[in-house]
Amino acid sequence: MYGSGLIKGMGVTFKHFVESYVEDLRYVFKGGRYNDKYIAVRQGPKAKGIFTVQYPEEKLPVPENFRYIPFLVFDTQKNEDKCTSCGICAKVCPPQCIWIVRTNDPKTNRPVPQPADFHIDATICMSCGLCAEFCPFDAIKMDHDYELSSFERFNTLVFGKERLTKPDTYHAAIHPADWARELQEQEEAAKKEAEKAAAAAAKKAAAAAKPAEAPKPPSAKPAEAAKPAEVAQPEANPAEPPPAQPAS
Amino acid sequence: MAAKAAAAPVAELTGPLATLKEKFGDAIKPGDYEGVVIANDKLIEVATTIRDELGYDYLTNLTGVDYIAQNEMEVVYHVLNTRAGGAPLVFKARTPRDNAAVPSLITVWPGADFQEREVWDLMGIKFEGHPNLKRILMWEGFNGHPLRKDWKEAYYEQDTKPFDSRWPGGHHRRAEDRVAYADNVTYPEDFDPAAYTATADAAVYENFKNAYVDEHGQFLPKEAIEGGNGNGNGKFHEHLETDELVVNLGPQHPSTHGVFRMVVTLDGEKITHLEPVMGYLHRNHEKIGERNTYIQNMPFTDRLDYLSSMSNNFGYALAVEKLMKVTPPERAEYIRIIMAELTRICNHVWAIGFLLNDLGAFFTPALYAIEERELILDLFEAASGSRMMCNYFRFGGVARDLPAGWLEKCRDLVFNRLPKKIDELDYFLSENEIIRARCEGAGVLTGDEAVKYSVAGPVLRASGVAYDVRRAEPYSIYDRFEFDVAVRNHGDVYDRYLIRLDEIRQSIRILQQALKQIPETGEIQAGKKQYSARVPAGQAYGRVEGPKGELGFYVVSDGTANPYRYHIRAPSFINLTALGPMSVNQKIADAVIILGSIDIVLGETDR
Repeated sequence: MYGSGLIKGMGVTFKHFVESYVEDLRYVFKGGRYNDKYIAVRQGPKAKGIFTVQYPEEKLPVPENFRYIPFLVFDTQKNEDKCTSCGICAKVCPPQCIWIVRTNDPKTNRPVPQPADFHIDATICMSCGLCAEFCPFDAIKMDHDYELSSFERFNTLVFGKERLTKPDTYHAAIHPADWARELQEQEEAAKKEAEKAAAAAAKKAAAAAKPAEAPKPPSAKPAEAAKPAEVAQPEANPAEPPPAQPAS
Repeated sequence: MAAKAAAAPVAELTGPLATLKEKFGDAIKPGDYEGVVIANDKLIEVATTIRDELGYDYLTNLTGVDYIAQNEMEVVYHVLNTRAGGAPLVFKARTPRDNAAVPSLITVWPGADFQEREVWDLMGIKFEGHPNLKRILMWEGFNGHPLRKDWKEAYYEQDTKPFDSRWPGGHHRRAEDRVAYADNVTYPEDFDPAAYTATADAAVYENFKNAYVDEHGQFLPKEAIEGGNGNGNGKFHEHLETDELVVNLGPQHPSTHGVFRMVVTLDGEKITHLEPVMGYLHRNHEKIGERNTYIQNMPFTDRLDYLSSMSNNFGYALAVEKLMKVTPPERAEYIRIIMAELTRICNHVWAIGFLLNDLGAFFTPALYAIEERELILDLFEAASGSRMMCNYFRFGGVARDLPAGWLEKCRDLVFNRLPKKIDELDYFLSENEIIRARCEGAGVLTGDEAVKYSVAGPVLRASGVAYDVRRAEPYSIYDRFEFDVAVRNHGDVYDRYLIRLDEIRQSIRILQQALKQIPETGEIQAGKKQYSARVPAGQAYGRVEGPKGELGFYVVSDGTANPYRYHIRAPSFINLTALGPMSVNQKIADAVIILGSIDIVLGETDR
């Protein structure tokens, strides 16, 4: 029959139309479906009915791997920047939006492994995440905060070190799996270091026929090795996110 | 510019290339790394032999390389045999850099039309005998040919990234502060920007007045038509002002899916001639790519066809992996296939949804269709960190492993939801009388024409040519999966709609197999991931069956950290070669759906 295809199609539209009300009704006694609790259902593989999200009243949860403009991680344990200004991020950055100002020690005039300043031009950054991916010190990470609009585009969107630095507690909160990996790696490194030191000490002790010279270097080494182990301490509570919750 | 390796290894002549050598003797010389170099005076003759006797009926890729150290330009051709499949045959032509010129192959493969214009535009190689050799991506007032190695952009800083000003330099400066806005443009000597508007448009319209066109509206060289005027094959538009009307569709027009312009001559409502005008979104992706290091190009490929970034990543990774001679580990291969096929579904539901928009069914079908896309993008975001600009593939693997629970979510979607929803979409639209009345018989492209114009992907297969790179030259692990190459035979808009549904179903089939076979754990990266990939000198053409057609990356490495030449065979761009011929004798309203059925993305068309 001519027109049957049209009617079939309209049937599908009608089904969608009815479903949007039926789905709303199903959640009436659960407090409605338009809240954070049911957003995963509304946008999940079993989604039915109204599919849209009312941004900015509602926001889609972002997955851990989500990446936006990078931030610098501040090590709250050691109270220092993790960045050593090695420049790998600046070298790998595709749009070349990272500028690192290095410092020299005023006394020795040798480079200090801490950046004096660190610029990211957010108007150029393409949020590709290569800097975070290739940073050997886990010092630069991709942020989850994607609301950066401003009324002025030249100065406000060129981020300096102050604007970029965020504590590692924030990093741990938004990237729990990545943080767990970091802790595990630190632990392993500490273990290796300790073993190495122990082996070296044993070797020294065995080799040293004269006890007078031996004690000094071995006693220094285990002390060094103990440091990373201290850093690894917060591993007891990696799952428990620190209070600094990202806006989500 | 880095010195090129003194002696590039010379290709050995085997198979069809050896046959050519036998037949043409001195006119054929082995090329560097691969292919043969053909003497310019014999080029058309040899090309005709390649097409007619060796069976390579399809010109897939045509580009140029500027070897500035040798003071030479090289034009590289990749041709395919659509019946037998297999790897492309490579041949080249060389010309000195000054007054660079090679014979045009448009008479042998009409698909060379836009690609030769592009090479002329960007590299300044003249194609003698091309009937309409003018700039295609740049405008007439552009000074120079930007892909030449000695051409420098307005904000030029250094030949290659990383720039020293970033590290160790360090202090932030905006490029605009170094070159003031007003000083960043130069013009050719004989060009007057004040007089521009009139001359540029006149140039397009002048073409219509003077062009010799065949029955499909395709430009022909003057010599192709005996006597010049009306011998049955050609038509000479002499009196444009009498009864034909020129209409510009675009560049600001919703039907063009972006900034794209169709200049149409109308006889009443009937299209007598259509010429696509493009380049409004041009940013010279290839020049940027040659400044970048290898890994830096990966996120830039996302921005080509921004609806299917995973496929773009795939093609580029394959090309560079060919040079590096690495293969990704098992699990990474499966992840790649899963991502590529999900991308195809994304792209096709989008194409179907927006074809309906073009037909006037404003946004209801489109929104139903892109619900599924939304769910797939959620998966992309969870794995790669971004919904559209995925930047997920690396040379020899993928960027990071799938997060916990990803595969379960993906399986749920692929096994339980997508098949049902695609059936619903089919039921919703395919039988609709209005769609059928509008689409059936509109914009017909026969199989022969499709091959002739180098059309690729769903458009080619809807014309009855069962050519799919996944089957013709299986890459990655596509040889392990059972799937059919979807083919439809009418070559009209309706078949191009149906074939996308077919392809989604085949993609789901591949996905279901891949999701069953994928190893639960394992390496995802071959070797150590490096921020500066070491790529040995060489030339490679990596191609994938992207959602829009064959997506190829031609990469020339000179052994340094940056690609010496980086070219993209963009299906959106080359498929437009057939837009004019398809639209002639159609109604003006149908031009919109014909363009919609080709499914272009301007990010890729204009690059």
